[in-house]
Amino acid sequence: MSKRKTERLLSLVVCLLSSQRYLTATQIRAAVPGYPDSFDAFKRMFERDKEELRELGIPLDMGSNGPLDEELGYRIPRQRYVLPDIRLESDEAAVLALAARVWRRAELAGAAAGALLKLRAAGVEAEETSQPGIEPRLTGEAAFGPLWEAVRDRRPVTFAYRAFGRSEPQQRRLEPWGVVNRHGRWYVAGHDQARDAVRVFRLSRIEGQVEFSGPRGAVKVPDGTDVRELVAEWDSQPAEQQTAALKIRSGTGFGLRRRAVRDQPGGDGWDLVDVRFGDAAWFAEHIASFGADVIVTEPADLRDAVITRLKGALA
Amino acid sequence: MTGPPAHPPARVSTSSDRLQRLLALVPYVISRKVVGLSETAAAFGVSERELVDDLNMLWCVELRAPDPYCPIDLSYEGGEIVVSQAESMDRPLRLGVDEASALLVALRMLAEVGQVAPVPGLAEGSALSRTIAKLEAAAGEAAAPSAQVAVQVDRHAERSVAAQLREALAAGRRVHLSYYVPGRDEATERDVDPMRLLVVEGRTYVEGWCRRAEGVRVFRLDRVLAVKVLKVAAEVPREAEPVDIDSGLFRPSPTDLRVVIELSPYGRWVAEYYPCEEVTELGEGRLRVILRTPDSEWVRRLALRLGEDGRVVGPAEVVADVRREAGAALAQYGTAGPGGPPGSPGKVS
Repeated sequence: MSKRKTERLLSLVVCLLSSQRYLTATQIRAAVPGYPDSFDAFKRMFERDKEELRELGIPLDMGSNGPLDEELGYRIPRQRYVLPDIRLESDEAAVLALAARVWRRAELAGAAAGALLKLRAAGVEAEETSQPGIEPRLTGEAAFGPLWEAVRDRRPVTFAYRAFGRSEPQQRRLEPWGVVNRHGRWYVAGHDQARDAVRVFRLSRIEGQVEFSGPRGAVKVPDGTDVRELVAEWDSQPAEQQTAALKIRSGTGFGLRRRAVRDQPGGDGWDLVDVRFGDAAWFAEHIASFGADVIVTEPADLRDAVITRLKGALA
Repeated sequence: MTGPPAHPPARVSTSSDRLQRLLALVPYVISRKVVGLSETAAAFGVSERELVDDLNMLWCVELRAPDPYCPIDLSYEGGEIVVSQAESMDRPLRLGVDEASALLVALRMLAEVGQVAPVPGLAEGSALSRTIAKLEAAAGEAAAPSAQVAVQVDRHAERSVAAQLREALAAGRRVHLSYYVPGRDEATERDVDPMRLLVVEGRTYVEGWCRRAEGVRVFRLDRVLAVKVLKVAAEVPREAEPVDIDSGLFRPSPTDLRVVIELSPYGRWVAEYYPCEEVTELGEGRLRVILRTPDSEWVRRLALRLGEDGRVVGPAEVVADVRREAGAALAQYGTAGPGGPPGSPGKVS
C-alpha cells in the first residue's frame, strides 16, 4: 500500500468514525484529502477504499439521516468499531502471549500477531518475555489456509486427494465442517458430495490447490456435529484383540517388551514374549523392523505377514 | 535456566499492515498515558524510524470540511509519546474472525497441553480459563467460527513423567532419565538438566542439557521410561543454545548419512512422517526421498518395516546391511530369500 493511499484511508476512517451523521460521497470527497478531481475517478477509488476497510474488519454502515435525504450516506458506527473493554491480569496476559506464539510457524501467524496488537492497544501488557516454561507450536500445512477460509465462510471446496496407497490422486468435492489438528497432523472433516457421506481427509495428502466450488454460506453443518469425534474415529486403532507369541533374542526387542503381557526366558539366549495387538498389518511391519532379533511363533497369519515383509526388503 | 531465544514479535502480514498499525498506535499510547519510543517500536515490531514516520502521519491527518481541522494531536519529545487529542481514535478496532480464532484455537490448545503437562497457568480454573472467557466476551460474534478448528494433543506420555519434569524445572533440579531410543531399540540412562517443555507436532518433549552427550537434546515424553528428580541443582552451561523450534526440531548435520529410498504408494507415509531433504515423484504414486540421519541402524529398521514398499538405493553399506539382516531373519523362519544362505534349512511351502 502506498503512503498516499495509507494517508487517505486513515483520514477516511477518522472522518467516518468521528461523524454521528451519515456522510454522502460528496461530503466525504470534500472532507478527505487525496481523492482525484474527476467525480468518476473519485467514485471508483472510493469503491475500492470501502472494500479495503471491509477487508480490515471495519464496519461500514450505509443509510440516510432522515426521510428527506435523497442520497444515501456512510458512517462507521462506533459501538461496532471498538474492541470492548478487556482487562487481563499479568498471569492471563502471559498465557495470551504464549497462545499468540503457537501459530508462529503456521498459517494464522499474521492473524495472531494482529490480534495481539489490538489487545496491546487496549492496554493489555502481553510481553514476549513471559516464560511459563512450556512452548507449544502448531505445524503449518499448505492446504490449511484455504480450508480454514472455506470452513469460516461455509463454502464447498474441491481438491485433488491421494488416498493411502493410491497411485493417482482423485478429485474430491467436499462441504467442509471443520479442521482438526490431531496429534500434530491436520485433517478436514465434512460431507463428501460425490459419495454422499461423511469423510475425513488428511491435509498432507491434498495435492495442488484447494478451490472454492460454491458461494459463502452454502454449507450447512448438521446440528450436533463434533468434528473432533469424526477425526478421532477415523484415526482410531482397532482394539487389541489378539495375542502374538514371540521369541525375542535376550537383551533386544525392547520396544516390544514395553507392551508385553508375558516375558520369560526360553533358553538358548531367547525369551518367550507375548504381546497383544489389534492392527495385524501394522504389527507385522513393526515386528519386521526388529529383523533377526524377533521370531513370530503364532499366529500363523502374522508370521506369514512378517515373512512377506522381510522378503520384500530382500528383493 | 536459559529461556527461549528472543524473537522480534511477528509482524502483521497483510498488505494493509501499516493502516492496522496506525489504528492501534493511538489507543496503545492513550491506554498507557505516556510511553517510550523504543518500547513502543519493540511492541509493534518496527524500527524507531518507522514508528516516528507513523506518528508524523497520524499527527498530519487533516479533514478539510465542513471546517478544516486536525483530529489527532500528539508529541514524542524526549523519546516519550503523549497523545493529547485523539477524537474517535482512542480505542482499538474490534478483533476480526481470523484474529479471534487464531488466539482462541491456540488458547484451547493450551488447555489440551495442560492436560498432558501440568503447567500451573494452564490447569483448569486457572489463568487460562479466565483468559479464554475474557477473550470470547471481547471478540463477540467473531469468536463463533473458532469452534470449527480444534487441536488434540497426543496423550500417550505418562502424566506423572510430565509432572516430575515440571517439578524439576520449577525447582531448578537435575533429573535422571531412562529413555527409549527406538532407532537403536535400546533403553539409555542419562542425567539431564531440563530447560523447558515443548509441544511440537502434537507431541510433548523436554529440552535439556544432556550430561552424557554434553549438548542440548530434546526427549519425547512418551519415550521416557522413568524419571527421577535428583537432589542436585541443574547446571545448564552458558553456551547451551535452546533449539529454535520455529525452524524445525530436527536439523541434519553435515556428517549425517544421505539415504535414498524409493517408495511404493503404500510407502509414501515416510515422506509425511520424516523431514525429507528431497522428494521426487516417480509416477504411478511412487516417490524417491532423500533423508538425512546419523543412524544407519534406524534406516535398516525402516527398510525392514517397509519391505516391498520401500527400497533403499544408497548408501551401499546400508543397502548391504538391510539385505544381510533380512536374510538372517528369514533364515530363522527356515525361509531363505532368493539364493538364500547355503545350508539354511529348506522349508516346504
